Amino acid sequence: MEVVLALAIGVLTSAGVWLVLRPRTFQLVIGLSLLSYAVNLFVFSIGGLAIDKEPIVVDGVVPNLTNYTDPVPQALVLTAIVIGFAMTALLLVVTLASRGVTGTDHVDGSES
Amino acid sequence: MSGVIRAAMPHLIVAPVLLPMLCAGVMIVLPEHRRPLKLIIGGASTLLGVVMSVALLRWVDAYGPATYLVGNWPVPFGIALAVDRLAATMLLLTWTLGGAALLFGSSRWHRAGVHFPALFQLQLMGLSGAFLTADIFNLFVFFEILLAASYGLLLHGSGESRVRASVRYVAVNILASSIFLIGVSTIYGVTGTLNMAELAARLAGPGVANRHLVDAGAALLAVAFLIKAAAWPLNFWLAPAYRAATPPAAAIFAVLTKVGVYALVRLWNLMFAGQPLAGFGGSGLFVFGLATALLAAFGMLASHRFAAQVAWGVVVSAGTLVAALGTREELALGGALFYLVPSAVASCAAFLLADLVDRWETGATAVEEAPFLNARLEEASDVNLDEEEAPLVGRPIPASTALLGFAYLACALLIAGFPPLPTFLGKAAMIAAAVRPAAAGRGGGTRAAIFAAVILACGLIALIALTRTGIRTFWSGGRRQPPTVRVAEAVPILALLGLCGLLTIAAGPTMGLAQTAARSLRGRRDYVEAVLRSNVTAAPAPTQRLREAPR
Repeated sequence: MEVVLALAIGVLTSAGVWLVLRPRTFQLVIGLSLLSYAVNLFVFSIGGLAIDKEPIVVDGVVPNLTNYTDPVPQALVLTAIVIGFAMTALLLVVTLASRGVTGTDHVDGSES
Repeated sequence: MSGVIRAAMPHLIVAPVLLPMLCAGVMIVLPEHRRPLKLIIGGASTLLGVVMSVALLRWVDAYGPATYLVGNWPVPFGIALAVDRLAATMLLLTWTLGGAALLFGSSRWHRAGVHFPALFQLQLMGLSGAFLTADIFNLFVFFEILLAASYGLLLHGSGESRVRASVRYVAVNILASSIFLIGVSTIYGVTGTLNMAELAARLAGPGVANRHLVDAGAALLAVAFLIKAAAWPLNFWLAPAYRAATPPAAAIFAVLTKVGVYALVRLWNLMFAGQPLAGFGGSGLFVFGLATALLAAFGMLASHRFAAQVAWGVVVSAGTLVAALGTREELALGGALFYLVPSAVASCAAFLLADLVDRWETGATAVEEAPFLNARLEEASDVNLDEEEAPLVGRPIPASTALLGFAYLACALLIAGFPPLPTFLGKAAMIAAAVRPAAAGRGGGTRAAIFAAVILACGLIALIALTRTGIRTFWSGGRRQPPTVRVAEAVPILALLGLCGLLTIAAGPTMGLAQTAARSLRGRRDYVEAVLRSNVTAAPAPTQRLREAPR
């Protein structure tokens, strides 16, 4: 499972970096989205991967990391996803405005 | 210490975050035609913010760092806010500049778009939170809040140049936020804590497992902070954005780069002050800081508009601060903290002044006739002009040309760092601190020489660039009418310059405060103990606690 997750993060990151370096605003938006997916997966995985463990303490089970999964990364990733969505939406609005104002979808606002 | 402050503590610590949030909420609900009411609310909030910052500064100067536990959660689990001398000073700086920029904006710029006062309050909220938080993930959240508000402020007034600059500004900052998150989660993964004080305590202990991963995480965080602080080679987004922003927005942006520097100072001193990895990354900060300062000085020389030169001047001061941090000398840190305040105040005043200079250069004498210019001095066709068609209320100040000339001179000398102004004193303190180890025979002579040479050269280049623009603006333009300046536009500029004058006169005590702040930052014990020992307030009666996630 670790290998699959690591590969997923790696592929998403490399695709994201490639797209961010491209000149079109659409590629930029998609690239930043892929990067934020990669970052979210990374944040999620940082508490250690566990199957069939819950983050909420139940009565009668000793609260430690062998019985539960770390709840903090889950809280962090939730925050990060929300913020990432908001920022991507905002970027989308700005790029659309840029397309409308400059008449081109180049990130510099001109083709040359 | 007055009883009022005592009674308000520790809730006073969270007030600079809650107050602007509340005001922004009220303003957004109010309809757009209630602009005067919105400005009054914003003004009152900003004034109160200044008062609260002064109260906090007085408190921490008397009793040391204080903490506030959000939601009354005990320290390693919940989010803690902490205020020490550095945080309180940054708060005071933010709110003072905020007040000046808001007053200036109330003259006419607030009508160039929608929701200006609300965005402004959210900007102040994000900045206050970033300075107050003692939790690295919470720092990320407040960074996002202040960035989101700054995106809105940058787009205020619309127009092609602002939209074009925004695309890059937003993209670069989203990228920086991703890097920030990777750094934060790496550090959490290794140390198991997000609380800065807890982190400092754990890293100070012997035998931290996977120490190199902590270093990698810290390096990633540093990259994110350096992007915010506009360090070379990650700073090409800054000048176009700041140049394009409306003047009151650009004036408050003068603090944004300082947030990056602040975060770097805070985390570096907490994480790497003690053994075993003293001054991790110091050489990198030194080199990149000097490169930033020098290249930005050339940027000043290459630009013709005053606003663009001020934008590059902001980068010069950020580079100077980063380089001073890289010298790893405690006294240089004190000098840097001292330099930070007047350099931010001067850039803020200069951004406001640039608007008046631009308006004058385009020949508009009546304030209401002046077009809402975009950054290329062209009249933008697609801005939201005032629908009320408000009558001309500007009172022409006699000798307004003299006012503009004096303000320009003062700004130019402050940005260049000319004696006896406080920016010069800060630079002198940093250079003196860098030279000290060499003089004491501890080596590092070449380093000190390079540092002194670059910092002084930057001042000289800035002076040349600003003098050239000044001559062109004030001496070669005899054909023009004297400029019309409103009281609301003149007062903030003069107040900020007066503040710099005050800093010159009170340089001794202020430098003392800066050095004390630097000493306690390096010592870090006060801060760490204050945070770790902050007690949960006992509940008034045993009640059934709701179970929820700590953040």
